[in-house]
Amino acid sequence: MPDGATPFVLDVKDLKTVFRTRGGEVHAVNDVSFTLKPGELLGVVGESGSGKSVTMMSLIRLLPMPPAEIRGGSVMFEGQDLAKVPEDTMRAIRGARIGMVFQDPMTSLNPVFTVGYQIMEPLRTHMGLNKAQAANRAVELMELVGINDARRRLDDYPHQFSGGMRQRVMIAIALACDPKVLIADEPTTALDVTIQAQILELIKDLRQKLGMAIVWITHDLGVIAGIADRVMVMYGGQVVEQAPVRELFANPQHPYTRMLLETVPRITGERSEKLRVIEGQPPMLSKAPESCPFRARCPQAFDRCASQNPARFDVGPSHDAACFWDFKTGAPRHV
Amino acid sequence: MLTYTIRRLILAIPTLLFISFIIFLIVKLSPSDPTAGLPLTIPPEVREQIRQSLGVNDPILIQYFKWLKLMMWDEPLHLIEGWTGWNVAPEGGARIISYQTRSPVMDLIIQRMPQTLWVVGTSYIVGILIALPLGIISAYKQYSIFDQVGTFISMVGFSVPTFFTGVLFIVIFAVNLGWFPSVYNTTHVVTDWDSFVVQLKQIIMPVMVLGLYNASQISRYMRASMLDNLNQDYVRTARAKGLNEKVVVLVHVLRNSMIPVVTVIALNIPAVFGGAIITEQVFKVNGIGQLLIIAIQGGDVPVVQTVSFIFAVLIVLFNLLADVLYGVLDPRIRYD
Repeated sequence: MPDGATPFVLDVKDLKTVFRTRGGEVHAVNDVSFTLKPGELLGVVGESGSGKSVTMMSLIRLLPMPPAEIRGGSVMFEGQDLAKVPEDTMRAIRGARIGMVFQDPMTSLNPVFTVGYQIMEPLRTHMGLNKAQAANRAVELMELVGINDARRRLDDYPHQFSGGMRQRVMIAIALACDPKVLIADEPTTALDVTIQAQILELIKDLRQKLGMAIVWITHDLGVIAGIADRVMVMYGGQVVEQAPVRELFANPQHPYTRMLLETVPRITGERSEKLRVIEGQPPMLSKAPESCPFRARCPQAFDRCASQNPARFDVGPSHDAACFWDFKTGAPRHV
Repeated sequence: MLTYTIRRLILAIPTLLFISFIIFLIVKLSPSDPTAGLPLTIPPEVREQIRQSLGVNDPILIQYFKWLKLMMWDEPLHLIEGWTGWNVAPEGGARIISYQTRSPVMDLIIQRMPQTLWVVGTSYIVGILIALPLGIISAYKQYSIFDQVGTFISMVGFSVPTFFTGVLFIVIFAVNLGWFPSVYNTTHVVTDWDSFVVQLKQIIMPVMVLGLYNASQISRYMRASMLDNLNQDYVRTARAKGLNEKVVVLVHVLRNSMIPVVTVIALNIPAVFGGAIITEQVFKVNGIGQLLIIAIQGGDVPVVQTVSFIFAVLIVLFNLLADVLYGVLDPRIRYD
C-alpha cells in the first residue's frame, strides 16, 4: 500500500456524535464504523434523520460545535485521526484532501461572488496559487465538469447559472485541489431527472479520470444501484446493513433494507397497486440505543430485540447486517 | 447602472416639485404673520406696506412660483458662485430672504451647515464604527454574554430618546464630573494641539449621544442580517472549502449581510439630520436644526420652507443612493 499500512483511504471506527439541545441530548450518530477503499464509491442510504449526513459531516467536523459534539471513535485518514487533530489541520484537509458537494446547488454558492472567485478560493488557500494560475486551473476545472465557454463564465455570478450548472460548479470546487475523497451529500436530490442523470454520468466519468473515492449520500435507491460499488444502509444513527451493491439488492439481510427495497415502485405489474410504505415513525434518538432501533416497525421483531442492540453480524462475503433474525434459516440467530 | 441612475435622477424632479409645493402650502397655511415680531409701535398701514413688500398678499400660486424659481435657479447659482468664485449669479437679483434676519436664507444655511455636518457627521461615523463590530460579534456569538449585554444596551439606546440621554450626559459628565463643557462653542477655532483638545472635549458629548443612538439602531440591523446569513448553505460550503473562520465570517457572510445594512445606513442619513435638531438644542449647537427651530418659533416662513425643502432633497437623494448601492452590492439586482 502506498500510504501506510492501511488499505483504506478512510477508516471510521465507532464514531459517536451527540447534539446537546435544551430538550436534552440527541444521539444522532451511534458507533458508526465503515471503511472506504481508494477509488471506491460507497453509497449511503436511509430515510431522513437516519444520520447519513450527520455522520459524514461529523467526520470532517463540519457540524456546528456546540451543539454538536463528537463523543468518541476515530476517523483515520492519511495516517491521522480526524476526530482528534487540531482545527487548523482539519481545515487544511477540508476542501483540499476531502471535497464536499451538497444537496441544494441553488443556495450552496455565495450569491455575491463570481463563480470564478469561488472556484479559485480553495486553490489559492490550499495550493498557494496566484491569481492567474488559479484562474487557469479554474477554467480547466470548469471544462472538466462540462461547463462550456469556461473562460468567459468565470466572471459570471451564480444566479446566471441554471441549477444543474451550479451543481457542476460545486463539483468543480470540491475537485479543485484533487481530493482523495469526495463526499457527495444528496447532490442530485434537488435537480430534475434529466439533470440528475447528467450529473450522475459526470460523477462516474470523473471518478474514472481522477480515481478518487466517493461517499454518496442519498435516499434514492435507484441512483445507488446505478453508481455504487458498495452500499451502507443507515437507520436511527446506526449502520444496519452493509454489502456490495449487487449482493445488497439481490440478498438483503436486514428487515429495514428489505422493506426499503419493497417501497420502490415497480414499472411492471398492476397499476392499481398501492405504493408500499414502512409503517411507523423513525425512533427518537434521545438516548443511546440499548435495543434495536428498528424493532417498533419490524415484522421480524422478537423479545431479544427489545433488550439488546444487535451488533453487525457477518452474513456473507463482505456483507454484514445488524439483526438478530437470520433470514437464511428463517429463525433467530444463535450468537 | 448609469442609465438607471440618470433615469432615477430625472424622475426625482417631479417628485421634488410636488414635495416643494406641499411644503410651501403647509407652511403658508400656518397662521403666522411676518410682522408679528416687529415692535407694537409700528402703525397698521406701515405693517400692511411691509407685508406688501414681502409679497405675502399675492395669490398663493404666484408666491409659490416666485419661491420655486428662486429656490431652483437663483439660489443654486449663488451657491455655486459662493463655492467656486465664478461670476454666475444674477447681479442684484432677488434672493429668498429671511423675515427675521433680512439676510438670504441660503447664506444662513451655509453658515450653519458646517456645525451640523461636524457634529452629526462625526456622530454617524462613530455610530457605524461602533455598530458594525457590535452587530457582527453579537450575531457570531449569539446568546453569549457579549450578545446579551450588547442587545440589551442597543435596545435601551434605541428606546431612550436623545433629549433624555443628552440631558443625562450633561448632568453626569458636565455638572457632576465636570469633564466636558455642556455647551458646544461653534466659534472655537482649532489652531494647535491645545485648541484641538478643547474641540475634542466639547464635541464628545453630542457625538456620543447621537452616535450611541445611531449605533444601537444600526447594530440591530447588522446583527439580524448576520444571523440570517450565518445559517445559509453557502456558509457551510465556505467552511467545507477549508477557509478559516475569519474569511468565512468577514468575507462570505459579511459581504452578504452588508447589503441591507448599507441601505439602512444610506436611508437614515437624512433622518439623522432631522433627529439632530433636538440634540443641537440640548447642546446649543447652532446648526441647521437650531436654525429651523428658531425660524419656526419666529414665524420665519422662507427659512422653514427652504430648510424643509433641503431635507426633502436629501431624503430623495439618499433614497436614490440606497437603491444604487443595493445594485452595486447585490449582483442579482441589475437595473438595466
